[in-house]
Amino acid sequence: MVNLQQKKEFQEGAKAALPLILGAIPFAILFGTLAPTSGLSALATIAMSIFVFAGSAQFIVLALIAAQAPLEMILLTTFVVNLRHLLYATALVEYVKHLSLGWRTILAFGLTDESFANMSQRYLQTDKTNAHYFYLGSICCFYFTWVAFTILGVGLGSMIPDMSEWGLEFAMSVTFIGMVVPYMNSKAMISSIIAAGISSLSFTYLPNKLGLIISALIGVSVGLSMIKLEKRRLSYE
Amino acid sequence: MNEMLLILGMFLITFTIRFIMFAFAGKMTFPNWLEVALKFVPPAVLTAIIVPSVVMPQGYIDLSINNTYLIAGIFAVIVSIYTKNLLKTIGLGMTLFLILQYFTI
Repeated sequence: MVNLQQKKEFQEGAKAALPLILGAIPFAILFGTLAPTSGLSALATIAMSIFVFAGSAQFIVLALIAAQAPLEMILLTTFVVNLRHLLYATALVEYVKHLSLGWRTILAFGLTDESFANMSQRYLQTDKTNAHYFYLGSICCFYFTWVAFTILGVGLGSMIPDMSEWGLEFAMSVTFIGMVVPYMNSKAMISSIIAAGISSLSFTYLPNKLGLIISALIGVSVGLSMIKLEKRRLSYE
Repeated sequence: MNEMLLILGMFLITFTIRFIMFAFAGKMTFPNWLEVALKFVPPAVLTAIIVPSVVMPQGYIDLSINNTYLIAGIFAVIVSIYTKNLLKTIGLGMTLFLILQYFTI
């Protein structure tokens, strides 16, 4: 049975998710609106929000579907883009390892940028006895909003039929720009981003959007090398 | 494109990444360099998508001021640097893009 303390944690978690949800609502609507113009059926659009539940991967996949990339390339990209969740899980596993497998399964399914942000805050507190209810509250609140507003977006998109001619694929580019710029806070990160950008122009002749993965790998290698160089310089000084 | 396979594949990949650490409940660790490398992944992937889509929207490199994608894209970068706000970046970037589109057609 769920006791009063656990219920309170659940509600607190849902409340903590609210500000992040407000930020995500426009994206859920945008995703639902854009997906069918990229060539995804309305049903698959909604199913993606229900089963995949990964905002940035969902947007990137739309760009790939619109470019008619093959399935293997889309899945490979999904893998690369979602790898960051491995970092989040590594940071959180300490606090969930005592829970049952069922709990860990649900908490893992709902692990997103947003729930990670919520939980990093919550686990700073000393009393962690019922913190998994806080986690569940944050996930539920976020999950149902994401799905509901995706459906709303699909509905809106179908009411305005000519939207695919508005050049809305630029909405995706501009969304990604707004996501990348905040990362540019170190020499290593800026070098990585510049390297990925230049490479992406050099490899567009490659089939199946293979250039995307290669450019991303080049970007990551440049970033790693810069960090190594900086460390070496520091050890000389 | 088989949409069933697409959703199933994306679900399996995403869920496995999120679940694997929780499944082993802390009995698994991975090397430090990989942890550092992972931080570079999202911006690198996103950049590799953005740059071709705004620099060569018609399939060839177009650095002229007639390329509305490029002009609005550069504007969005500037807005993002100054406001550090995602929704403002999208709103203002999209507004300029639609205005430019309207005048070029």
